[in-house]
Amino acid sequence: MNSRERILGRVRRALADVPADETPIARDYLREHGRRTVAETVELLAENLADYRAIVHRTDSAGLPGLIAGLLEKRGAASVLVPPGLDEGWLAATGVTRVADRAESTPAELDRVDSVVTACAVAIAETGTIVLDGSPDQGRRRITLVPDHHVCVVRVPDQVVSSVPQALERLDPVRPLTWISGPSATSDIELDRVEGVHGPRTLEVILVGEA
Amino acid sequence: MSGTFVGMPAFPEAAREAVGNATLRGNLRHATHTIRAKRAKAVSEVSDWAELREAGKRIKDHTLRHLDRYLEQLEEAVTAAGGIVHWAADAAEANEIVTQLVKMTGESEVVKVKSMATQEIGLNEALEAEGIRAYETDLAELIVQLGKDRPSHILVPAIHRNRGEIRDIFTQEMSEWGRPAPEGLTDTPAELAEAARLHLREKFLRAEVGISGANFMVAETGTLVVVESEGNGRMCLTLPETLISVVGIEKIVPTWRDLEVFLQTLPRSSTAERMNPYTSTWTGTTDGDGPSTFHLVLLDNGRTDTLADEVGRQALRCIRCSACLNVCPVYERAGGHAYGSVYPGPIGAILSPQLRGTGSEIDASLPYASSLCGACYEVCPVAIDIPEVLVHLRERVVEGGEVTREGNRVVLRPAKGHAAERAAMRAARWAFTHPGALRTGQRAASRTRRFHPRTLPGPGRAWSGTRDLPPVPAEPFRDWWQRTRGGKDGAK
Repeated sequence: MNSRERILGRVRRALADVPADETPIARDYLREHGRRTVAETVELLAENLADYRAIVHRTDSAGLPGLIAGLLEKRGAASVLVPPGLDEGWLAATGVTRVADRAESTPAELDRVDSVVTACAVAIAETGTIVLDGSPDQGRRRITLVPDHHVCVVRVPDQVVSSVPQALERLDPVRPLTWISGPSATSDIELDRVEGVHGPRTLEVILVGEA
Repeated sequence: MSGTFVGMPAFPEAAREAVGNATLRGNLRHATHTIRAKRAKAVSEVSDWAELREAGKRIKDHTLRHLDRYLEQLEEAVTAAGGIVHWAADAAEANEIVTQLVKMTGESEVVKVKSMATQEIGLNEALEAEGIRAYETDLAELIVQLGKDRPSHILVPAIHRNRGEIRDIFTQEMSEWGRPAPEGLTDTPAELAEAARLHLREKFLRAEVGISGANFMVAETGTLVVVESEGNGRMCLTLPETLISVVGIEKIVPTWRDLEVFLQTLPRSSTAERMNPYTSTWTGTTDGDGPSTFHLVLLDNGRTDTLADEVGRQALRCIRCSACLNVCPVYERAGGHAYGSVYPGPIGAILSPQLRGTGSEIDASLPYASSLCGACYEVCPVAIDIPEVLVHLRERVVEGGEVTREGNRVVLRPAKGHAAERAAMRAARWAFTHPGALRTGQRAASRTRRFHPRTLPGPGRAWSGTRDLPPVPAEPFRDWWQRTRGGKDGAK
């Protein structure tokens, strides 16, 4: 008998006492916490992002290229990683060297790039979380991990949901997902929170509204 | 479970030693009180906590009731998504599978995400014996590994260390494992974290094999979930070519939607945050993004035996948040090492003796490592009634009875050393049904109270070794009542 059969057999014997009847799982918890207007939800997202030490900026689509160029310049970035499907216009105002997200590039090459600019799949207001799903405008998981500076663009309000349950509904489990709430952090030393251990130490989130 | 803690003294002995360590007690008190207060605030932010807790409990119970079905469904989904599923009945088999998988890659080093399951089976030691070096990449695990120490907390394994101790460990040990600590390293947390970043980055960038556990596995989709803060998890899960995840079979949830409960309750209960900085999910492999080979090792190692216990099986609902450790008065003073297992605190006191059986001295003593105050039950986000299981396990230790070990029903004999307890209980039963004898005995006890020892002799020493004997009153209560009629006539 192989281990698969052995384990499944043990499970079945272990459950011999369990009656067949079953009460359904009550899902009487909330779909979202509190009542908010769309604008208030976006405001809450900005607040919670900032509370976890992400740097939040707001602009409209006309102001976006200038803002991104300004952020990269202020950072002193010499190079920026670009996912294959990133909106061309977003980087139109910057002259920083662009590095394409290629399957062949090694982690060591990525480590030499200063910044990365991506879109996102959805953002969760109640928790201050942005979720990336590897779509072409977000690129592979590693590009938002190795460089020390991540600029993420969120379209508001259409990419913003209130809560975790609402976010899961929108996401496709087949895609690899990365949920990001503030920059990398640790509390392992006397429970003092320190930003930036392995992931990007600076996370800048741009909320882009309709003009 | 693994040999990591073999030879541990029983809990009372280890605890007495730990309680005498003032640095340890100070570090622990600071840490547990900080996180306890933060957690209460994070929980109070969500008005439906009670409903989320109940739903979490029900989802886990439902899963356990149909675990065979969900395991098969998970295997099918993971395989369809490009993963390879292995089954391991015990620690030795799991270690053997992982060792072989690593060897097949031709690599002799691996990077690891913090994982309770791999600690439980002693994977690092097993790999080491085969010439494979495993690098722990979680900051706290790194501190433990460099310090040749053992983890003492589920969430913050180096909770027993303060910043000065960590600085010394980094300065002395980092060069043994790779990039040395920077010159003149101070003990500020930011500098220590930076030293860890530099030390580990060179390992991440060259790693070909990553090893992880998982917080959840979704049966319906074959998705695995890892919840973390530092980004070392993301590094290990996405940079290597091969990813091997070792996961306990109880970590399943049936549907994608079920994550909506646990992704709300886990971060608030563990790190006291609305959401942990990073959550990664992956379903098999994805072309051109992340590892091209993914192995899932499903681990039993005592879990099916635990499942066979009608009272004790609820321990398998545990999502390893560690909230119960931070509120436990016993853990706060004794520290995690005294529990002699990778699962310390209240949950460890019920989980370890079930996973390993109560054959060893330490495992037989663990159900007693509690004051039964119930704080652990109150904070548990999946409502595990830890006091109920503790009492159940105490009864088993004392009385023996039928249990399942490695899938077989066996009859446990009453544990040695508890003969006095059983004799005392029998004597009490007799005395309480013979009022005359009880009265005579109580009067005799009162008259001889000057001569009572502070500890019990003979087999009773086991009991009085961890407790102060209560003083016997000068007069039995029943005599006092008769004399004063319950104090009603203005007691003289």
